[in-house]
Amino acid sequence: MTSTQVAPARESHVVSSRHRFMTRHASWIPVFAAIAILVAMVIGAQIYFDGDFLSPPLISSILLDNSYLLILAVGMTFVILTGGIDLSVGAVMSFTGMFGASLLRDGLPSGVVAPVMLACGALIGLGIGVLVQYFDVQPFIASLAGMFLARGLGFVVSLNSIKVTDSSILWLQRTRWHFGDWYVTATGILALLVVAVGALLLAYTRFGRTIYAVGGNEQSARLMGLPVARTKLLAYVVSGTCAGLAGVVFTAYTGAAYPLNGIGTELDTIAAVVIGGTLLIGGSGFVVGSMIGVFVYGMIKTIINFLGVDQSWTRITIGGLLLLFVVVQRVIVARSARRR
Amino acid sequence: MSAVMKHRLFWPLVVLLALILLNTVSRPSFVRITVHDGRLYGSLIDILRNSAPLMLVALGMTLVIATRGIDLSVGAIMAVSGAVALTIIQDSGDPANPAVLAVAIGTAVGAGLVCGLWNGFLISVLGIQPIIATLVLMLAGRGIALLITGGFITTINSDPYKFMAQGYVLGLPFAFYVSLVAIAIVALIERRTALGMLTEAVGINPEASRLAGVRARGIIWGAYAASGLLAGFAGILYSSNIMAADANAAGLYIELDAILAVVLGGTSLAGGTFSIAGTVVGAFTIQTLKSTITFLGVPPAVTPVFMAAVVVVVVLVQSRRFRRFMGRLPARLRTWTSRTPDGAEAAS
Repeated sequence: MTSTQVAPARESHVVSSRHRFMTRHASWIPVFAAIAILVAMVIGAQIYFDGDFLSPPLISSILLDNSYLLILAVGMTFVILTGGIDLSVGAVMSFTGMFGASLLRDGLPSGVVAPVMLACGALIGLGIGVLVQYFDVQPFIASLAGMFLARGLGFVVSLNSIKVTDSSILWLQRTRWHFGDWYVTATGILALLVVAVGALLLAYTRFGRTIYAVGGNEQSARLMGLPVARTKLLAYVVSGTCAGLAGVVFTAYTGAAYPLNGIGTELDTIAAVVIGGTLLIGGSGFVVGSMIGVFVYGMIKTIINFLGVDQSWTRITIGGLLLLFVVVQRVIVARSARRR
Repeated sequence: MSAVMKHRLFWPLVVLLALILLNTVSRPSFVRITVHDGRLYGSLIDILRNSAPLMLVALGMTLVIATRGIDLSVGAIMAVSGAVALTIIQDSGDPANPAVLAVAIGTAVGAGLVCGLWNGFLISVLGIQPIIATLVLMLAGRGIALLITGGFITTINSDPYKFMAQGYVLGLPFAFYVSLVAIAIVALIERRTALGMLTEAVGINPEASRLAGVRARGIIWGAYAASGLLAGFAGILYSSNIMAADANAAGLYIELDAILAVVLGGTSLAGGTFSIAGTVVGAFTIQTLKSTITFLGVPPAVTPVFMAAVVVVVVLVQSRRFRRFMGRLPARLRTWTSRTPDGAEAAS
């Protein structure tokens, strides 16, 4: 008698706590979905290759090969959270790389060149932000202009690739700290550091919380007296600075700068951010999710390399995964709207 | 004068004429048109001919943008359609046979239509944001095109196929007639029926138009289907121009050019009222700008900087806030200059 009374009560308690978790952490669900996909891919590959797939060097190399993408994705997350988009990141990365490499060739010390590269990225980001915020230009068009500008400036610096011989830039990539079979490079640490700083900025600072507020509803944020203009501007500056830093890392990674570097990188970055669960309408998403998105992207590339099939499958798979995640997000948004 | 200036085509036309003027001043032969073998030759004719793929894509983009959407996948659709057409022609072993060509072109345009329908399905039925839904195909489309061509650049030799981009009819390039027909059809369907008005209604306020009984789903779907279809045609023109299907280079960045052409033509990216005439002017402007860059001897590498400058100037001119700012500038300067002596007086 008592047991029949208790059982449904406990069940409803379980349901309501799950319900509460789902509603309170609705914006984390896409991130969990991304982690699930990542785990499923790793397990699938592990089974397919008879356990020959997963190894510490392989995981280390994924971080190494995608550190520039990780840095770009962090900056892109800031912009997308405000409801904007930044198409210029790939071109800015390429331009700052070219500019930095040419300065290094002229004999400037890397301690001067690296900050200059970051400043260049920040400046282009600032320009895009001013166009978006003060002249009502659509983020898509404004960052497109930034992309053309950076691409062209890269060609102006030099039409050919510039080799980098500076030891401290190359040190970023060459030095590997080994922990057993694992290894990590300075670029990888830099990328993880950017992720950590980005996550902390968004979660715990006034600037970060304002970004979520602006992305959620710009009108409300303005009525609340939040500094909307300054925050939106800063989001583009953050993205530009990240692109400049990615330029440093990518130059170290390839050991040379080439004006055609980073074509299509902006799309890969946006794809990684969306796969990581950030909504393109803004206001919902996490830097950690973008990191997972980058790892999913890196894992797809690695698996396709392992399979030895045509590289064109990378793009098709990324496109397919992007679709899957967008549909999942769509379902989540529709459900939470219905619940309200 | 102010009525002329307020006309929506005023600024786009000013930009186009300024570009042509700039070219003529720096190289008078720019506007010269010579007749050779009953065909017209000259830089302006080249612009008419080369603008055809962009024109087709931009027309489709206009409809999509009018519904508050955007279609990033047009370049990839061009690559797919070119790959389909040339693979069929190459596999047939009879590249000059009109029947083979008809099948190839029909299939390729059909492939473009299917791509457009797919985009429309994602956006109008599943409700996915246009920029992301078309990004999927933009990423995957080139991969699909590479699979169709087997990773190679398919080349063919077929005079009838070549005719589409390089042939002449009545002294004018055939490609120009293709874009004329496309403009006429789109203008007729959109402006001589209620479709154009309904499209604008959906773009201006989707919710209000739904309450007014407009079937937004079909209209949005149709816009993306039209964009895919036109991109399919553009892919055929492009591949016919170089007689090769290059999955990586076909239609690269054409989505950006097309969006620019639409924006230059005065259609707002926020959707709503659109102008087909504006898009036509915009597409010619982009093509003229590209020729200008070549004529002026600007190294092709610096082209993007030029494009960036033009984009910034054009969007600033169109930005109401910027115009208001500039409009107030003379008055501000006047008050500033008149205030300075006053300030000096007050100080003394």
